[in-house]
Amino acid sequence: MRFLLIEDNSELAQSVSDRLKLDGHAVDIAGTLADASACLQGAEYDLMLLDIMLPDGDGVSFLAQHRATNNNTPVIATTARSAISDRVSVLDAGADDYITKPFDFAELEARVRAVLRRRGGVASNTFHYHGMVFNPLNATVSFDGTDFVLRNRELRLLEILVSTPERIFSKSHLYDRLFSYSEEPSDNAIEVYVGRLRKKLEGSQVLIETVRGLGYRITHK
Amino acid sequence: MSPTLQKSGSLRRRLLLQLLLAAALLSTFMYLSVRAVAEKAAEATHNNILGASATSIVEQLRSSNGEIVVDIPYSAFSMLGSISDDQVFYRIESDRETLTGYEDLPLPDATLEIDDPHYYTARYKSVVIRATAVRRVIPIAGKPKSVIVAVAQTRFGQDAIASGVANTAALLGVGFFILTGLLSWIATNNTVKPIRTVAEKITRRGPQDLRPLDHPVPQELQTLVDSLNGFIGRLRGTLRRTETFIADAAHHVRTPLAIVRTRAEIALRHAEGDDARQMLRSVIRAVDESSRSATQLLEHATVSYRSDQVSHETFDVSLMLQDVMGVHEATAELKDLVIHADVVQAVSLSGDRVLIESAVHNLLDNAIKYSEPDQHIDVTLQTDGADCLISICDLGRGLAGKSQADLTQRFERGSNVTDVVGSGLGLTIVEEVAHLHQGSFEILPRTGGGTCTSLRLPLSR
Amino acid sequence: MYKFTATIVAVILLSINLKARAFEIEDRKIFEAASVADAGSVTGIGLSELKIISSTDLNYFEPLVRQYQLQNPNVTVDYTVASTAEMFKAIHAEQQPFDLVISSAMDLQMKLVNDGFGKSYLSTQTAQLPSWAKWRDLLFAFSQEPAVVIASAKGMDDLSIPNNRQELITLLRENPDRFRGKIGTYDLRVSGAGYLFATQDVRQSDAFWRLAEVIGSLSPKLYCCSSNMIDDLESGELLLAYNVFGSYAAAGLSEQQDGQIVPMLDFTHLMLRTAMIPKYSDNHLNAGGFIDFLLSDSGKALLSSDAQLPPIQSEPVTESPHLQPIRLGPGLLVYLDQLKRKRFLEQWTDAMIR
Repeated sequence: MRFLLIEDNSELAQSVSDRLKLDGHAVDIAGTLADASACLQGAEYDLMLLDIMLPDGDGVSFLAQHRATNNNTPVIATTARSAISDRVSVLDAGADDYITKPFDFAELEARVRAVLRRRGGVASNTFHYHGMVFNPLNATVSFDGTDFVLRNRELRLLEILVSTPERIFSKSHLYDRLFSYSEEPSDNAIEVYVGRLRKKLEGSQVLIETVRGLGYRITHK
Repeated sequence: MSPTLQKSGSLRRRLLLQLLLAAALLSTFMYLSVRAVAEKAAEATHNNILGASATSIVEQLRSSNGEIVVDIPYSAFSMLGSISDDQVFYRIESDRETLTGYEDLPLPDATLEIDDPHYYTARYKSVVIRATAVRRVIPIAGKPKSVIVAVAQTRFGQDAIASGVANTAALLGVGFFILTGLLSWIATNNTVKPIRTVAEKITRRGPQDLRPLDHPVPQELQTLVDSLNGFIGRLRGTLRRTETFIADAAHHVRTPLAIVRTRAEIALRHAEGDDARQMLRSVIRAVDESSRSATQLLEHATVSYRSDQVSHETFDVSLMLQDVMGVHEATAELKDLVIHADVVQAVSLSGDRVLIESAVHNLLDNAIKYSEPDQHIDVTLQTDGADCLISICDLGRGLAGKSQADLTQRFERGSNVTDVVGSGLGLTIVEEVAHLHQGSFEILPRTGGGTCTSLRLPLSR
Repeated sequence: MYKFTATIVAVILLSINLKARAFEIEDRKIFEAASVADAGSVTGIGLSELKIISSTDLNYFEPLVRQYQLQNPNVTVDYTVASTAEMFKAIHAEQQPFDLVISSAMDLQMKLVNDGFGKSYLSTQTAQLPSWAKWRDLLFAFSQEPAVVIASAKGMDDLSIPNNRQELITLLRENPDRFRGKIGTYDLRVSGAGYLFATQDVRQSDAFWRLAEVIGSLSPKLYCCSSNMIDDLESGELLLAYNVFGSYAAAGLSEQQDGQIVPMLDFTHLMLRTAMIPKYSDNHLNAGGFIDFLLSDSGKALLSSDAQLPPIQSEPVTESPHLQPIRLGPGLLVYLDQLKRKRFLEQWTDAMIR
């Protein structure tokens, strides 16, 4: 997906951009509202991350103006402020959602998915792998014409595994990405979700292999 | 809450008193002048009749065979009887000798001009009389002889007229006073009205309404309104600076935290070895904890700041609740939590929306935080008489025996939650919000495990 | 015992109550309180007195006094009769201790109250009097008596009956022989009532002097009193009498057929009999009570039936414009003026006595 990140703190912008790139997203950074306008004129974005406090103006009014010119790019506002009144004004101005800095990227991802789902989705965002079609946005996996709905953690697990098929992901890697840092899940939590996912993929060509001592990978029959 | 000012008298009462005093003075003045004028007029009339009576007698003075003869016309006395039933006395005198009439009727000391009636007041037969004397010179046996004719009348009739006039004047004065009093009252109210209007306009304003007062006011109030507007302006400036400061503070804390967290996440992605991972995870946890504390500290500050000026807007609680649930949908999803909503539609409530939303936000946040994955949370909204009841129930770890009183203490947290990020301020905020709205907050263990929180708020105040 | 004491008290009161007097009385009667006359019914303590001086004959007033005493059994009434002039003297000059002065001489009564001898009295009865029947709250009229012309029906049979003074003058002028020596009227020099009627006639109309001229030319007979004129008319000595008290005429003529009242429609004066309370009266409440009694329904009934005095009524006055009550007021004082009186009598004597 292609993000437009509007953030005046260049260090934060760079690290957020780096982090998003890790998940395979493309990110353009705009430090000012003027830059953001320029970017919006030159390219199409799947989503805009808009800091509402910028040096050359108020993000809220930019957003309102942006919506007034009929630009439909989904917007998630990011704010370092937390007042609830801010949230109301941001949503009233046309933001699809908002997230408070510092944010959990898992939460951001979930919000992005929810926003895009509401917006009707991005067509290209599906994975095809040996007869299995995985649509993370709708949280569905289908094969042989049958759809299965995935729960959130099953979905994220599949997303990680399917992003690099055949690659072995260590248990701790999956652990980090699947659970919130504030959680302390049980030792066999990963096994539980792998087990659920396997059950849903039963009957397809795709299978999740346990590589003893190393981790898990997705492969096919 | 609002300090009692020492009153330095009522402007309205002062104005009214002064107007009434003026009215009383005017009424008295009117009473006295009407009386004086009427009495003068009555006396003038009385004098005229006395004069006419005396003159008509004088006209009948003749000399006959060296003697003075007088044929008093009947009308001379009957005209006196025509205005009042007063006693009549007369005396006709020449050379200090009474020719006829009352010998002891007093005559004026002054020298009388010829044919010019002289009026005087005297006592006769122990009553006060009004009298007139006319002098005429008639020739008797070729010699001029001076004759004085005096006619007097008691003053009972005149006194009766005077007291009648006095009564009428008093009635007039009282009537005038009542009328002017009434007008004064109306005028005072009208004068004071703009002050009350300005006061009402200010009182009716919401706590956020810091616009200058633009209601047209009388010139005399302009200075007051100007300085009030100046004060409002300064207050607005101070508030804006405070708000800006809080926002800036949050911003300045959160931005570096965000950088650290993001970098930690990136590092974690690349990290090899469990020690490094463990360390990075704890960094992220620490950042989250700081961020959350900052959020709730600021929120608590907001609640405390607002407690002096709770705004009253009427809004639909069900819509607000759905809004808040929408915001938490994503975080719930992350834990595969399902939020069941059983919400009565269109519940109109008058209160501070920001505060109530903040409370609900905290409750839902807690429910999500303390739920286990794959569980569900029940959110219900119902009306109960004049109240509405918001309950949020989870199936999480419960309260571990702690009481509500403990949990709503500042910075007090449950003994079983050390593994979950939290500040211990969330429930304090909820409780304060409930109090500010004359509502109540209850936190109870749920039968079969979990916790139920319920916020009861009156629909109107 | 009680009766004895009461009698002693009454005797003492009577013996001290009149000062050495210079005025002349014609008659006097003491009507003892009924409670004294009745054996011991009431103690002497409630007893009081009412001393009336009146110009009205005792026999006219006795029934009234008796009736009054029926209603006020504790009051002893001392009724003294005197001429109006003597009464005036008794009060004005001598201040004799009377409680009520009843007189037909309106001018003298007026002078008494004008000169401050009256005591004011106010009651519901006096308040109901027409305004012409009282002066302030000092002088109250209780009867109204017209001054009338009476004529012998026999003597006048073929003559037209005059309706006013002009016709009377014409009648006398056209029939001088028939009326010569046969006309009676008051001698103004001795009769206060006659003087009052005459002066009021003069005030009303110039016809009086012309009438006086005509009467004077017919050798009139002059009288002190109305009753004498009525007697002489009845006996045939007179054909016509001018200014006779209507009340006496009505009483004296009612049984005989000959005398008749000739109404004067140009004007007929009503003389008011009045009562006043002297300011030094010791029993002014009794006096006021007697006035109220005279003005009450039972008093009025007795006045017209027994005293033959027409009580005060405003209806005849409003219904018959020729009936004119002599006005109470200072105007009456004019003809009491010595110079005025002297002049008037001179003029009258000139006209009347040849």
